[in-house]
Amino acid sequence: MNITEKILAKASGKKSVSPGEIVDANVDMVMVHDLTGPLAVEAFKKIGIPKVWDNQKVVVILDHQVPAESVKAAELHKTMRQFAKDQNLTFYDVGRGGICHQVMPEKGHVTPGTIILGADSHTCTYGAFGAFATGIGSTEAAAVFATGKIWLKVPSAIKVNVAGQFQKYVTPKDLVLAIIGKLSVDGAIYKSAEFTGPTIKNMSIAGRMTLCNMAVEMGAKNGIIEPDEATRRFLEGRVSSLPDFQALKSDADAVYERTVEFDVSGMEPQVACPSSVDNVKPVSEVGDVPVEQAFIGSCTNGRIEDLRLAAEILKGKRVKEGVRALVIPASQEVYKQALNEGLIEIFSDAGAIVCGSACGPCLGGHIGLLAADEVCVSTSNRNFIGRMGSTKASVYLASPATVAASAVTGKITNPATLEAP
Amino acid sequence: MNTKIQAQAIVFGNNIDTDVILPGKYLVLVDPNELAKHALESLDTEFPEKAKQGVIVVGGKNFGCGSSREQAPLALKYAGVKCVLAESFARIFFRNAINIGLPVIECKGISDAVQTGDELAVDFEAGTIENMSNGKKFQVNKLPPFILEILSDGGLIENLRKRMNKK
Ligand code: SF4
Repeated sequence: MNITEKILAKASGKKSVSPGEIVDANVDMVMVHDLTGPLAVEAFKKIGIPKVWDNQKVVVILDHQVPAESVKAAELHKTMRQFAKDQNLTFYDVGRGGICHQVMPEKGHVTPGTIILGADSHTCTYGAFGAFATGIGSTEAAAVFATGKIWLKVPSAIKVNVAGQFQKYVTPKDLVLAIIGKLSVDGAIYKSAEFTGPTIKNMSIAGRMTLCNMAVEMGAKNGIIEPDEATRRFLEGRVSSLPDFQALKSDADAVYERTVEFDVSGMEPQVACPSSVDNVKPVSEVGDVPVEQAFIGSCTNGRIEDLRLAAEILKGKRVKEGVRALVIPASQEVYKQALNEGLIEIFSDAGAIVCGSACGPCLGGHIGLLAADEVCVSTSNRNFIGRMGSTKASVYLASPATVAASAVTGKITNPATLEAP
Repeated sequence: MNTKIQAQAIVFGNNIDTDVILPGKYLVLVDPNELAKHALESLDTEFPEKAKQGVIVVGGKNFGCGSSREQAPLALKYAGVKCVLAESFARIFFRNAINIGLPVIECKGISDAVQTGDELAVDFEAGTIENMSNGKKFQVNKLPPFILEILSDGGLIENLRKRMNKK
């Protein structure tokens, strides 16, 4: 079996499972946020059970419309605050956590080998720690609140094998864009995407999270990476106990529907052009694209490693006149780290605005929306029509290095071509 | 739920994502009838008006890709969509639709066989789809019984209540 099958078999009390089989799995953790939580609460109340199945296994995080930008959003927050209190749940209020997918592993809610569900499509991020994690809707979350179980079809798997060393300013974001460009936005629909190979073994946890985060952009049910020493270093002190990683390795004879090979050695920075995440080109082929906004943040690329990279480029430079640069650390923890390392000062000196940890413009909810005909280069994960504001605006997705370089020149730019200050 | 549906088709292309089905800025709305007013407006501002009489949406590949927002299928359902047929669905959308009682059926070849305005007849139990306007017929994989049961109960919550009461 591969790692995903092993986790699903264990969670459903079976010796083995195979693709296509439907299993009834025990859930280890479920998360809802301010936009999916209220519907889940309403549905849960309709079921008519007074208490969630296990209050230690439900996490509520406010991160989307944060801080509340309207009375409507404030009402949603109030609903979630009350529910968390009534049910005695782990709750991250405004200013206490940050973006859900950063907060979950940071605060120790992600353990390798477990089943984690979230009422958010990018829940697949936690595959970076060797967990089976996938997104569900609000009604399904309510059903999990009530029963602690979910039916899942065992996915067939695609192995993505990655070799080679990244050039300077080429990052895991560029790799995942290249992968989606090759496999297409429905290339892994209903399937598991398992990332392996020497490049993944050497990759930071932050980079692995970026890869697994975007697995859903090619339709995958989950993205997953075998846990190793790097996983242990990140999680130690955050989770109460760690399982035996040996049981979380794919067998040598594990079956994959297909294997795709990537070599990052000669890879250029990649850009996903409007308005599909698989419309990917090497930056040299994107042409002359002036931008009005540059956004560095989101659950894809708002980690400290991402901010350091952006700061390295922005240090001693100015954001070009006519460009708004927004920086949003993914969590309070990342924010504080950036503050301690002097990164916030670098961004401010460069003329960027640094906002509080939240989703921000990523979903076009509030903060930094785009007007018609404006162009944004963004480190987030979706460039759909209307995603970041006007349906007539365009979004280009790229790495923190490319976005920072583009903020300086005012057009989409290969960071390697930017001169030293 | 009626296991047989007949209605006019409205056809969309590949990769219809949840941001075009229901933009993020409307997620603060709680009333499904309010959500419905914005269903698919990025592609066709008149869609909610057209859907009112009851329609079948036909999509290409990867229908409903993107966010986990259940407000997307809810907006379609309350706008008047009786059923969505597509070459393939994004998995969260597929589950969400069933969980809120909106039938969704995967049907290879459907997008080439239907034009907007065609009259379609769908039989869930038999797994058949017929385009009455051009006579084309499809036999699809039937939904598993437990999913049909969720749909006929009107959604997962009603289904769960029923099952829990039995215990
Ligand atoms: S940062 Fe963007 S993609 Fe991530 S959870 Fe928030 S809205 Fe979703």
